[in-house]
Amino acid sequence: MARKTAVKTATPAAPADKGELLAFYSSMLLIRRFEERAGQLYGMGLIGGFCHLYIGQEAIAVGMQAIKRPGDQVITGYRDHGHMLAAGMDSRVVMAELTGRAAGASGGKGGSMHMFNTDVGFYGGHGIVGAQVSLGTGLALANWYRQDGAVAFVYFGDGAANQGQVYESFNMAELWSLPVVYVVENNQYAMGTSIERASSETHLYKRGVSFNIPGEEVDGMDVLAVRDAGLRAAEHARSGKGPIILEMKTYRYRGHSMSDPGKYRTREEIDAVRKTRDPIDHLQERLLADGLADEAALKAIDADVKSIVADAAEFARTTPEPDAAELYTDVYVEAAA
Amino acid sequence: MTDILMPALSPTMEEGTLAKWHVKVGDTVKSGDVIAEIETDKATMEVEAVDEGVIEALLVSEGTEAVKVNVPIARLAGEAGATAAPPPAVSAALPVSGQGDAVEKPIHLPPHGGGGGEADGGGPPADPEIPAGTTFTKTTVRDALRDAMAEEMRRDPSVFLMGEEVAQYHGAYKVSRDLLEEFGARRVVDTPITEHGFAGLGVGAAMAGLKPIVEFMTFNFAMQAIDHIINSAAKTLYMSGGQIRCSIVFRGPNGAAARVAAQHSQDYSSWYGHVPGLKVVAPYDAADAKGLLKAAIRDPNPVVFLEHEMMYGHEFEVPDIADWIVPIGKAKVRRVGTSVTLVAHARMVGYALQAAEELSADGIEAEVIDLRTLRPLDHQTVVASVMKTNRLVTIEEGWGPYGVGAEVAARVVEHAFDYLDAPPTRVCQEDVPLPYAANLEALSLPSVEKIVAAAKAVCYR
Repeated sequence: MARKTAVKTATPAAPADKGELLAFYSSMLLIRRFEERAGQLYGMGLIGGFCHLYIGQEAIAVGMQAIKRPGDQVITGYRDHGHMLAAGMDSRVVMAELTGRAAGASGGKGGSMHMFNTDVGFYGGHGIVGAQVSLGTGLALANWYRQDGAVAFVYFGDGAANQGQVYESFNMAELWSLPVVYVVENNQYAMGTSIERASSETHLYKRGVSFNIPGEEVDGMDVLAVRDAGLRAAEHARSGKGPIILEMKTYRYRGHSMSDPGKYRTREEIDAVRKTRDPIDHLQERLLADGLADEAALKAIDADVKSIVADAAEFARTTPEPDAAELYTDVYVEAAA
Repeated sequence: MTDILMPALSPTMEEGTLAKWHVKVGDTVKSGDVIAEIETDKATMEVEAVDEGVIEALLVSEGTEAVKVNVPIARLAGEAGATAAPPPAVSAALPVSGQGDAVEKPIHLPPHGGGGGEADGGGPPADPEIPAGTTFTKTTVRDALRDAMAEEMRRDPSVFLMGEEVAQYHGAYKVSRDLLEEFGARRVVDTPITEHGFAGLGVGAAMAGLKPIVEFMTFNFAMQAIDHIINSAAKTLYMSGGQIRCSIVFRGPNGAAARVAAQHSQDYSSWYGHVPGLKVVAPYDAADAKGLLKAAIRDPNPVVFLEHEMMYGHEFEVPDIADWIVPIGKAKVRRVGTSVTLVAHARMVGYALQAAEELSADGIEAEVIDLRTLRPLDHQTVVASVMKTNRLVTIEEGWGPYGVGAEVAARVVEHAFDYLDAPPTRVCQEDVPLPYAANLEALSLPSVEKIVAAAKAVCYR
């Protein structure tokens, strides 16, 4: 898994301490349970439209978030719930946006694909495939303009990796040495099209080669591998060496969106990943094997996570819809800044 | 004890067939286990358990058709203490979006169906006073635009310019002359030929709090970038519930140049004028070009600023007033008249003024209104004029269908129907891609003669 193109730095991985590992476990579990509940609320008609679940990909958002510094920015596409929770957004606020309520992250006007919280450096939540790559490179342009040492973490999937604007952005990012880490969440399927059927070069970490952008392939199901690669990449970008690509090999267990019957792959394929590569099971085994936690401690985390999610769901179900007067607000910023 | 409900698998699903159970009574299930298969007219989907526990009962048997969404299909006996809060029972009180209380309350809409953020009450902002004794300097539109950018870049370090050839080449049309020398390469950024990408970078930088001016070599090329102008710049404030601002100016020449044929000769006024969240400005003379561009750069919203290549070299008087700002959203009466109202913007204002002079020789005194801003549209000024003249001719370089003239005419009909003595008439580009041949090009575009003819027609002369 340690395939790279022209990697210029190699920072030794920081050893994982017990507190950090337990925090990873709890954070990944929160995303898993939150998404399961979101799927259920969708099934009950409480969440409308599109709803893209992050189940299976938790290690990426959680591992990368661990190395983010204050001032750094995160931007992603529409499979964004996990990133928002990992960034520290309140699960009530995220769930309430899913149900289209006034207390939601966007006041109920954005929905699943469009949430933001710049206090935690989260810039969305974008619905057009690939758009976040140009926008995120623009965040890096602002960091470069201000010389403030911040790095933009720009996430996109294997589907977006074929959009033209991704390469327009790569070109400018390298040309101007912008501080950006491109994180490709390669979950193998762009909606129903496998990467083999859509990409002439399936090793996406190589996609920067013709722009002189180094890339690295990472086991995206291993939160520690993600964190370590993230650390190296962030250091590269922060030190003025320009952009870098991390290809996270991952897998989504659920359909592309809720209304995806998933006939392009077999149940056996999904089960095999779940049984052998699940990021949460993997970390759980490690915690137990290394004696960093016992069953009781993990159960306690489980119970905590469950109550957070139950509370978020109850809140999202009962908190009111936006007032009708909100229809015409936020179209324009009214007063001159 | 928890009921497992028949799930909706898509936004439109109302019922489905319970095709298969993957569990039986007494089985222990945990989150993520597949428990059933459901068939709809579109697809078969697997249902996964969300809670853990033991299946106590299967309430709907395999093969049952037309099972309504949200009907209990199985019952789960929860692990003691495991299900802290059971999923809510679904009842008729379920506030399904669109059926809640909110919709029954009266919705206060702006009076004209939301034609672009017109403030309700107060009317459009007034032009700044020009004090007596003010001197004026003859300035080309090109230099007025340059001066506006330079002044705003001096005033606010977060303002910067990016685009093709804007720095070392000084702009394809020399609008950014000497800016690189004064402000340096970080604030005057030459981009590769990559409109989609650099428009996206500009919007991202604006989301991060900078105030970019994105120059398109012409607005024809901005079609490559229109996704970011509309989906990213115009809509994100709304979709973020007011959190993400995007203070950015997209500027460059728009409309027909000369003999460059259809792909390089198009007027995008109505394209951008259609979109809530954008402001759209199209000045005619140098004073407005300068004052409106300064206002656009300071505006906290995304502004599409449509210039005209054929006007860059024209000289006009610009007042020697420090910080000359013309407010966005206010039309200007360029010529006072009583017989007919001619409404135009950008280069067509000059045509309308010329037509008015010719008409005057025939005893028809036309009032000429320069819209200056297309969104928000100052229809009040137009309506007031039509109430006086009782006749309306609109002039634009764009195609007629769904155009600026169509919108102006609609507003006039809404607000001054009883005042009209003739049907509103549009002078626009003929409904064809702009031809190359000189004679066909001239036939295709609005002309002074066409305006004169239209004005005479509505005056029944």
